[in-house]
Amino acid sequence: MLYRENGQFKTSYRADAAVLPIRQDRILMGVLLAFAFVVVPFVGSEYAFRALLIPFLIYALAAIGLNLLVGYCGQISLGTGAFMAVGAYAAYNLVVRVPQLNFLVVLVLAGGCSAVFGILFGIPSLRIKGLYLAVATLAAQFFVDWMFARVKWFTNYSTSGSVSTAPVELFGMVFESPAQKYLLVLSIVVVLTLAAKNLVRGHVGREWMAIRDMDVAAKVIGIRPVYAKLTAFAVSSFIVGIAGALWGFVHLGSWEPAAFNLNVSLRLLFMIIIGGMGSLLGSFFGAAFMWFLPILLNQLPTALGLPLSTAMIAHLELMIVGALIVFFLIVEPHGLARLWAIGKEKLRLWPFPH
Amino acid sequence: MRMQTRIRIAAAAVGAACALGAAGAHAQAQGKVQFFPVLSGRTGPVAPNATPWANGHNDYMKLVNARGGINGVMTLVEECETAYATDRGVECYERLKGKHGGATVFQPLSTGITFALTEKIPADKIPMITSGYGRSDSADGTIFKWNFPLIGHYWVAGDTALQHIANKEGGWDKLKGKKVAVVYHDSPFGKELLPIIQARASMHGFQMQLLPVPAPGVEQKAIWLQVRQQRPDWVIMQTWGVMTPTAIKEAVATGYPRDKIVGTWWSGAEPDLRDVGEAAKGYNAVMMQHGTGFDSPVVKEILEKVHAKGQGTGPKEEVGTVLYMRGVVGAMLAVEGARAAQERFGKGKPVTGEQARWGYENLNLTQARLDALGFKGVMRPVSTSCADHMGSAYARVHTWDGKQFQWSSDWLQADDQIIKPMVRSSAEKYAAEKKLERRAPSDCQS
Repeated sequence: MLYRENGQFKTSYRADAAVLPIRQDRILMGVLLAFAFVVVPFVGSEYAFRALLIPFLIYALAAIGLNLLVGYCGQISLGTGAFMAVGAYAAYNLVVRVPQLNFLVVLVLAGGCSAVFGILFGIPSLRIKGLYLAVATLAAQFFVDWMFARVKWFTNYSTSGSVSTAPVELFGMVFESPAQKYLLVLSIVVVLTLAAKNLVRGHVGREWMAIRDMDVAAKVIGIRPVYAKLTAFAVSSFIVGIAGALWGFVHLGSWEPAAFNLNVSLRLLFMIIIGGMGSLLGSFFGAAFMWFLPILLNQLPTALGLPLSTAMIAHLELMIVGALIVFFLIVEPHGLARLWAIGKEKLRLWPFPH
Repeated sequence: MRMQTRIRIAAAAVGAACALGAAGAHAQAQGKVQFFPVLSGRTGPVAPNATPWANGHNDYMKLVNARGGINGVMTLVEECETAYATDRGVECYERLKGKHGGATVFQPLSTGITFALTEKIPADKIPMITSGYGRSDSADGTIFKWNFPLIGHYWVAGDTALQHIANKEGGWDKLKGKKVAVVYHDSPFGKELLPIIQARASMHGFQMQLLPVPAPGVEQKAIWLQVRQQRPDWVIMQTWGVMTPTAIKEAVATGYPRDKIVGTWWSGAEPDLRDVGEAAKGYNAVMMQHGTGFDSPVVKEILEKVHAKGQGTGPKEEVGTVLYMRGVVGAMLAVEGARAAQERFGKGKPVTGEQARWGYENLNLTQARLDALGFKGVMRPVSTSCADHMGSAYARVHTWDGKQFQWSSDWLQADDQIIKPMVRSSAEKYAAEKKLERRAPSDCQS
């Protein structure tokens, strides 16, 4: 009942090709966006912004980037952390060396650097597939870890190898309060999500998916694997690079190469696997699962007043998150996005099923 | 029937949770408290070392309460586990900073977290104590208003370690042409040490060999093979957590003489050496201020007033060990800063983070005061000012005799002539990058 699309007729091609073809979805999305843009900035606490929402949004953005590559184009990557690092350090160097640049330009250029880097490390994907490619992208991770720790130019000769940034300034406005930062990140995430959505709906996305599903067949119908795979690497790294720059500039403010280590790559991969491969919505679900759940579990015993030691809570958190990951993978291998789709399917008839 | 049982169990569970919650809230609602958040590392790669620190810190806070609080204001501690990860550390900071009337001071016990929090504390007006870690240049209080590397930082540790080496060699001039290898944690924590070694190397003409160890450092065969090939005259170790015992075991395996190894402040505690035992005999480490403190009055008092009453945070055996003492000293500095702030802003009232900052900047712990607090023989006087957020630059060397540490040097004072200009120029670079102004002299008087 709640989700019945009966009576919604699409009378034009335009309506048929809309991003959200069902009215309920449009309403839901409108309400959600209005809530995120208008209500949250007023009601959110500083903790919610700085510790929960901003990192969540940035992780979701990085997960979207990775999902384009892994979920849509089928090219496994273990180098996401490296692409984030390239974005972050590129942005840092641009800001330090060309201080008059607008931050949005810096972000785009940082994404561009990351895209170039992604293409470079995507070249092996033309010859190798699957696990072998995963190992090749792992090389990107180690190379970047090494590069930013060793080549002093990238960190502006900082003695400790750690870099720090001034607050983000845009159009004469300094983004210092948590709500401002949140809105900045939210806007960027929304714009890039929309762009990603349109890419995957268009011919580029279809090429990616064709390559993912069967590269030989895709070749036969005239899709150039070189072009499809490298665009996937480029677009994915572009978005991931912007996420990295935001992580450095907006969330941390000061970071070291270890902020983008292999753990980050693996965590992002878990996010898209749990959230749902080949689903932009799934990237958000996965990021929420992997960022909110551990923090929630960590706070729950204290909130309930259970007298557990800190170490015990930390261990419990790891065990429960691990168990839940296994549980979700067994129950729904297609991720949380698939659960959401099933839920919607059920809601078409609910509460009066046949 | 089954359904009913289930409901009953659920109801009982909810009831119990509520009761516990209420009990917890009750404990917090005992009027005015001074809240000291703890970013603990009880899990993860530094757990063996960070756990005694947190235990010592919390035990001393309990002792303060047993002594009647800070002029009647009880201390309150809440932990948040970071597992030495920067992102979780930031989350913990955000979680704890506003609790229980606001955090007094943070001690993150991680250089990575310190770097991230340095960007956040000025806006939140919460001071941060980073004894022996974090940014060495934050000793310059005219630029780093909220950071306090009390009782020393990496450059003090590095300088005193080299002084010890020079003493053993028979003077600085004997170091010429010698080779000193630095085995360090390949992160800001490790790299922060290097500038002072570099400065001394160019002054005295010894050769410096850099041997970075990637974190967490449980695999160091290749590094110690290099040590074996190059045969440096001395090895300085800047390691932390599980990295240290691994390094010492590899030194034993490659046959590098242990008495030619000097660890810094973070690489010379019992958890690092206990497993190696006899084989590590002769290993040295530079201790800023305190070392072990089994016989100190404060430890006796903790055993008597906290542990004897069954309120000890950790095992009793660990009381008095190096890292436990570091926690005790950290807690003492945190409390004494708050006490100093009370003197100015109102005795017997909890102070805010901003007020506590004034306390840390105007800390004056004389020997008499330290003795009264039970720190006789543990440490020397500390006195801070607007320009000097460190307060003391003394260290001693202790040596592992196979079972425990013994003092093996006199007090060494880091050379201000060398360190001051380094701190100043590094702090200025930071200020330029962040577009900060040096604090005006009028700001210092307030």
